[in-house]
Order: sequence, then C-alpha cells, then structure tokens
Amino acid sequence: MSTTVTPPPPKKVNRIGLEVLNYKGSKTTLCAGCGHNAVSERIVESFYDLGIQPWNVAKFSGIGCSSKSPAYFLGLSHGFNSVHGRMPAVATGALLANRSILGIGVSGDGDTASIGLGQFMHLLRRNLPYIYIIENNGVYGLTKGQFSATADVGSKAKTGSANELPPFDCCMLALQWGATFVARTFSGDKKQLTALLKAAVAHKGLAVIDVISPCTTFNDHEGSTKSYSYVKDHEEAIHELDFVPYYEDISVEIEEGTVQDVRMHDGSHLRIKKLERDYNPCDKMAALKAIEEANNSGVVLTGLFYVNPEKPTFVDMLNMVDAPLATLPQSVTRPGQDTLDQVMEELR
Amino acid sequence: MSTTEVSAVSSLSAKNPKAIVNDFCIQVATANGSGSQTANNVMMRGIFQMGIPVSGKNMFPSNIQGLPTWFTIRASKHGYISRKREVDFLVAMNPETAREDVMKLEPGAAVVYDEPLKLSELRSDLHFYPVPFDKLVGPVCPEAKLRKLVKNMIYDGIVAWVLSIEMEEIHKALFRQFGPKKKKAADLNWGACQAGYEYAAKTFTKTDPYRVERMNATAGKIIIEGNQAAALGCVFAGVTFISWYPITPSSSLVEYTIGYLKRFRHDNVSGKATYAVVQAEDELAAVGMVLGAGWAGARSMTSSSGPGISLMSEFVGLGYYTELPGVIFDVQRVGPSTGLPTRTAQSDILSTALLSHGDTKHPLLFPASPEECFQLAMEAFELAEFFQTPVFVMLDLDLGMNSWMADPFAYPTKDIHRGKVLGKEDLERLGGFARYKDVDGDGVGYRTLPGTDHPQAAYFTRGSGHNEKAQYSEREDDYVNNMDRLKRKFETIRTKLPAPVVELKEKANVGIIAFGSSHYAVEECRDQLLAEHGVETSYLRLRAYPFSDEVRKFIDAHDHVYVIEQNRDAQMLGLMRLDFDPPEIAKLRSIRYYGGLPLDARTLSEEFIRQEGM
Repeated sequence: MSTTVTPPPPKKVNRIGLEVLNYKGSKTTLCAGCGHNAVSERIVESFYDLGIQPWNVAKFSGIGCSSKSPAYFLGLSHGFNSVHGRMPAVATGALLANRSILGIGVSGDGDTASIGLGQFMHLLRRNLPYIYIIENNGVYGLTKGQFSATADVGSKAKTGSANELPPFDCCMLALQWGATFVARTFSGDKKQLTALLKAAVAHKGLAVIDVISPCTTFNDHEGSTKSYSYVKDHEEAIHELDFVPYYEDISVEIEEGTVQDVRMHDGSHLRIKKLERDYNPCDKMAALKAIEEANNSGVVLTGLFYVNPEKPTFVDMLNMVDAPLATLPQSVTRPGQDTLDQVMEELR
Repeated sequence: MSTTEVSAVSSLSAKNPKAIVNDFCIQVATANGSGSQTANNVMMRGIFQMGIPVSGKNMFPSNIQGLPTWFTIRASKHGYISRKREVDFLVAMNPETAREDVMKLEPGAAVVYDEPLKLSELRSDLHFYPVPFDKLVGPVCPEAKLRKLVKNMIYDGIVAWVLSIEMEEIHKALFRQFGPKKKKAADLNWGACQAGYEYAAKTFTKTDPYRVERMNATAGKIIIEGNQAAALGCVFAGVTFISWYPITPSSSLVEYTIGYLKRFRHDNVSGKATYAVVQAEDELAAVGMVLGAGWAGARSMTSSSGPGISLMSEFVGLGYYTELPGVIFDVQRVGPSTGLPTRTAQSDILSTALLSHGDTKHPLLFPASPEECFQLAMEAFELAEFFQTPVFVMLDLDLGMNSWMADPFAYPTKDIHRGKVLGKEDLERLGGFARYKDVDGDGVGYRTLPGTDHPQAAYFTRGSGHNEKAQYSEREDDYVNNMDRLKRKFETIRTKLPAPVVELKEKANVGIIAFGSSHYAVEECRDQLLAEHGVETSYLRLRAYPFSDEVRKFIDAHDHVYVIEQNRDAQMLGLMRLDFDPPEIAKLRSIRYYGGLPLDARTLSEEFIRQEGM
C-alpha cells in the first residue's frame, strides 16, 4: 500500500539558499506610507537578491524615525541603535574591530545634517568601507514637525511657517569631503534605489545614498518641497542604472556612446545608460556643478553623482592584519616576557 | 652697608656647616620651551645612577614657549618620592621668576643663578653661586642659535660640582638620553657640562651643606612616567583598538602606547598591525568608536582628561545601559572648565563615578604608582570585558606625567579572558540565547559578536528600553527588571575589583584613607606624624570604586578616619556617604589639597595636627 504525497512546491531561495523571509526584520512601527518603510523593503530585496549572508552584516543607526528602521530589515543581522548623530563613530569602531563585516547605517536629516554633522564629515574624510543611507524628509518627525537642516528655503511646515535658512545638501557635503560613492534617490523610485543599494554593497569605500523619503505625517502637504507629489513632479534622473553583480556573466555588448560601464572593486559592473544629458559619474567637479544647477532650478536631481571604485579606504590606510582584530588570540596581542624585559632595561 | 649681611655670609663660609647628604630638593626654574628638560632629566638620572632614590616633577604652564616652568628633583635617602614643599637648592635661570623664587627659599638654601640677575643682593642668609652662563656657552657652542639650549647643560656641570654628583654618571645619563643616533648633539652638550663643572671647580668655594653620596637603593629600579606605565599595561593587556583626542595631561598615555604598539605589535611576516589607532574628531567620537569596537569584540580604550570625560558623558551612559566593554583613562587635571590644564588634581571622582544621565554608575580604578598603572590598566580590560561595561582608570597629572622611581614590572601571570561571549559552537548547543538574561546570577548576561557564523547569533543593541531578549520594550516590569539586574551586576563588580591595601597599626585610633597619587605623600606624612608627634595611624589605600567591604571594616575599626584627597569638595568622601551607613559616615573627616601642585607630606601632616587639635 502506498500513498503518494505531493511534495510542497520548493521554496524560492537565493544563491546562498536563503528565503526572502530571512532578510526581513520585525514589523515596522513607522507611520503608514512613510518613505522609510520603502527603503527598508528595498534593502531586504537587494540583500536577498545579492545573496548576502545576513549574519555577516552589522546595521547601525542614530536617533530619529529613520534610525528606528534597522529593526525592520535584516533581522538576522546584528544591529546597533546608538545615540543621536553619533552613529558614524560606533560604526567606525565596529567595522575596524572586524573588517570582514559588511556595515550598513541608516540616518536621518536631523541625525546627519544637524547634531551629527561633525561625525558625518569625519566619516566622509575617512572613506570607511560602509553604506551610509540618509532617509531625508526635511523634518523632525519624532518631535512632531520642526524643520531640519535639509529643509529648502521657502518650504512650508505643517503649521504654515516657511523655512528661512539655506539647507545643507548632503550629497554636496559628501562629494566635497571625500565620499567615494555619492548618490541621491527617491524612496518611491524602486528601480533606482535598488540598483544604488546593490552598487553600494559592491563598493569598496564609503557609499552615501541620500534618499528623499517623505514624511506622510508632518511634511507631505502643499508647499513642502519634500512631499511625495513635489518630489514626483520635480525629480529628474541623471541617468539610468543597471547593476550586474560579479557572479553574473556579462553577456550584453555595450553600445558605444550610450552606456558607460563602471567596474566596481569586487568585479561587479554598473551599466550607466545616458538620458538627456551627457554625464560622467567619475568626474567630481561635474557632479558638484550638476547638483548646484539642479538645486538652483528647483530640480530634484537623482542618480549616482560620483563613484571612485578604487580609492584606498580607511582600512587600507591603517595597514591592519587580514584577520579581524576582534578575534586575534593572546599569542598575537600580548608581547612576550622578553619584550617586557627589554623595555624595563631601557628604563633602568 | 649692612653688617648683618656680612656676618651672615661670613658665618656660613667660615664654619663648615653640617653636611646634609642625599636628602634635599633641587628646583630648576626656567622658561617653557627653553629646552631644559634634557638637562633636568640628565641631572635626575645622574643622581639615580649613584643609587640614590629620586623623583622628578615638572611644574609647567599651559603654553608652548615663554611662561615660567619649574622642575624639581628630590633626592631622598629615605626613599620618599612625593614632592617636598621646601626647596633647598635653586637653579635660577628665568629672570621672570628669579626674585620671587629666591625670596621664597628657607634660610640656608643654595642658589645657582645667571650672574646678570644679581640675586645675591636680595638676601644674606642663602648660599649664592653666580654663573656667567652667556660667557661660558660661547666657546663650547659656536653655533649661536643652539646656545639657548646648550646653556642648560652648563648648569648640570655646575650643580654636579656643588652637590658632588659624579661626572661619569652625568656622562652616562647624557649619552643615554641622546641615544646613539644623536652622538654629535650629545658631544656638544657634554662639552657644555664639562665647562660648567670646570668653572665651578676653579671659581667656587662650597659653603652650602647639600651633597650626594653614593648609596645602593636604586639597583634594579626603573624611572618611568605613570602614563608610560599605563601605556605598557594596555599593550600587554592586548589592546586592539584605540581612539582618542589629544588633551593635556592625557596625550602622552596614548602616544606612549602608539610608540610601543609600533615596536611590538606588528606581524613578523606581513609587517601589518595587530591593532588600529584612530585620532578622532573629538572625545564624543573617540568614546563612540571605543564602544563600537568593544561591541564588535575588540579590546578597546581611550584616554582623556576632565573636559573630554565630560563630553563622553552621553556615550558612557549608552555603554552602561547597552552593556559594552571599553576602558577609559582619565588623567585628571585641575577643573572646573578649562581650569589649570597643566596642574594636578583628583577632582573628577564624583562626576566620573556617576557619569551620564539616568541611574548610571561605573567602576573606577585608582592606581597609585607606575607598577599599579601597569597592573590596573591590564585589570581594567579584564573587568570591562567580563562585566561588559565601561571601566575608568583614574590617573592624574602628577602620576601620569611626572617621573617616578619604581620596581620593574612583572610579566602578567593571568591569561587574557574575553568574558561571556558565545561562539558558533555554543549557539549550536544552546539553539539561541537571550542577551540580557541573568543566567549565572551575577547580573552579567552572555553576548555574541557581529560576524559570528550562526543564524541565531544576532541581537539588537539599543539605548532605548529593552527586555531580556534585547527587544524594544517600554513595559514597566521589563524596565525595572533590567535596572535591578544592572544593580546586581554592580554589586558583583564590587566583589571583584582590586582590593584596598590596608596597613593596620595596633595602637592606632585614627585611620587614613587615600588613593592614587596621594599615596607617597601619605606614607611620608605618617612617618612625620610618628616621628614628630608620636601619632600612629592606620592606612587604607583605595584601589577601586565601588568600595569593598574592607573599607567599611576599616572605618569601623577606628575612632575616626581622615579621607585625604586632591579636590575642594571631598568628592571621595561624598561617594562614601552614598555607600555607607550613618555610623561609618559619622567617623569620616576630610583633608583636602586643591592648589594644583603635586601633594606634599608636610601640608598633610600640618592639617592632620590642626584637626586633631594637637
């Protein structure tokens, strides 16, 4: 006697055998429609697609709505929700302690451009191997709607008052102070955000992604320059991005003149398709000019503004051993008796 | 013309005063940046090499060049190495302070001085040795721009003659100081030194009583600064991550550490570093990196002083609440605010013990000697990792930056332990873990490190409220349980810290409690009280906060107890008030010094006698 049991349909897994579920975090507690949730979803998808080992990733954040989001993706990764504006320091220490970890940080515009501006700029200058995402909505959400330092001049708060002080442009700062991967995108632009996240994973040094991520509760009204409708109406992609991971065969021939190929440090490729303008993302001066012009004309310019795939990182500069410092054994970290004797002799 | 002046001087030179051997204090007064440090070290080492216990203290301004600096060298056949308040032998090189320095001397002191300063006109009860430094330096130093520096070495020669310091030892100390690579500079300086010696020999008649005589009390000893000793402690503790921001008087602790790491902590084959050092943008970033590195499993440390420690406050609270290891050295200086940045104090005790908002408290270690700077630095890393919390090592400028005679350090006998860290195999066996669960009843949970190759390894670290599983929680019971466990952990820490060093005297009704750099002055003070007043005292030297039960027992065993500390507000006594019961508190009295100079025994014994009504 035999019964045939139909095996359940095979679960969909990625190249390391994990399901997309293994990349999810706990349920979000952010507002419905918050742009930050879309960013979390794109992180889940990108890391799943790339087959990143979740327990080899460390997530970092500071304080604010954005900084809550690491709890909502990559639940199998170590996470660290630190103090306001000072996540870069924590991430720097952790990623130097264990250079084999892939680090991803989420910050907000208050966390990055106000209280954390100093740490952000020093992070840039160090070119730490790290993905630094700014979920930028121009407003303080958790404290109910005050302007942040990225709010545009004239942009209106929910109360009707207009912002008077000029904004910091986090991409301009990142370009000027040393980031080697600088991008701006929109939380509603799935394709571009996903391509940028994957490219950031492949990038060797610091990748800064400024994501315009509207706040549905405090900054999504008429008169705000960070609302969904404003960004949709004013967004202009500087190019079209296609990411080809290192483990995939590049079969498509590049058509000369329309697509630029950038080889990332890990062997992945970025296929950059030109749109209206002729733009080279390896030219820092061109990037600064393009952003400045867009800002002056009210355009929300998005895309990969700049990439330098091979610039030495902070880890390179420190000339550390290959093994993580965190797990070096005593035989390596404690010099011998003869060394102490030698030092004592010098002091006699 | 005053007759008393003539008679005073002639009486000093006529009689050969009773020699005072190996028991005096030399003070060299110069201007900051004049390059006198080398000459002073050579003089100190020359005496040390003759077997005589010495200590060297630099009293310097917060300035690069020009303001007055005093270096004191104490020689003591009794082995006292704290500051001696009275100066017996002055080398007056700084016109700015020379007159005041001379007027402050006790009768009978000796003065070597730059002849144009005409100091001998000021007093008739001192021994003066005028030296025409500018005339002497020309022939031995043809290069004019070096003369300012080389001039200092001339006073070494003069003082060597007056005090009978053996020139062979000066020669040895000088060439040791310059090292084999700077032989030309050493030769030049040695020439100046000899010129000084020869000038003194042919010009002066010795009238003062001070001199050195060879002893055998320094054999095997070393001379080292506390910061340097702590640096060695870090290196032998296996430190792997350092982040810091420069600040006086702490900078040299990290700089010495970097120096030793560069020499001793590179892979033999690849030449690569087994450590990372980051000079941070400020102290907030420095301690943030240290905690991040500690979280990820590095042995991490930073070093700072009062203003920097204040800036670290928020992060240290995070470290306490999320339970991250990290060692923080506080080389204390005089506050509040910028205060006196180059003067010494023990005035960060209370603020550091309770650093940060909310209910926070931290273990503090108090080394008193270079040996303890070395040992307790190592111990701090063990404690930080076992208890998963920031641990402070409290030095001060006197201990950290001055030169101390010490016994050579013993190689650590205990292996390095990294605390309760679960690895892949543990997780296989356990099937998971709860980060903040008190499994062992000591308040200390088990942690995992990021990068551990296991799907169950991860947990979420957060400064917001959390439950045993490290999940976000605002529940009353979760919060209270967690805070109570942290308190339980602190009580475990209390029992595992370096014990106080207790010296009980059977006949003593009065006890003394002190800590840190006060130690040597207290030892000498107790000898003074016994010798001069017949008062015997017991002594407990604190080595850690929170206080162990031995402190309570010590207080209980005496009629009353003086707590000696270098701050205005009796901060350590304040901490004791928080910890002890009314019967103990009622017995506590306070002796404080907060003038910024290294503590001296005489100040303590005078205050003790005053309060005792003797």
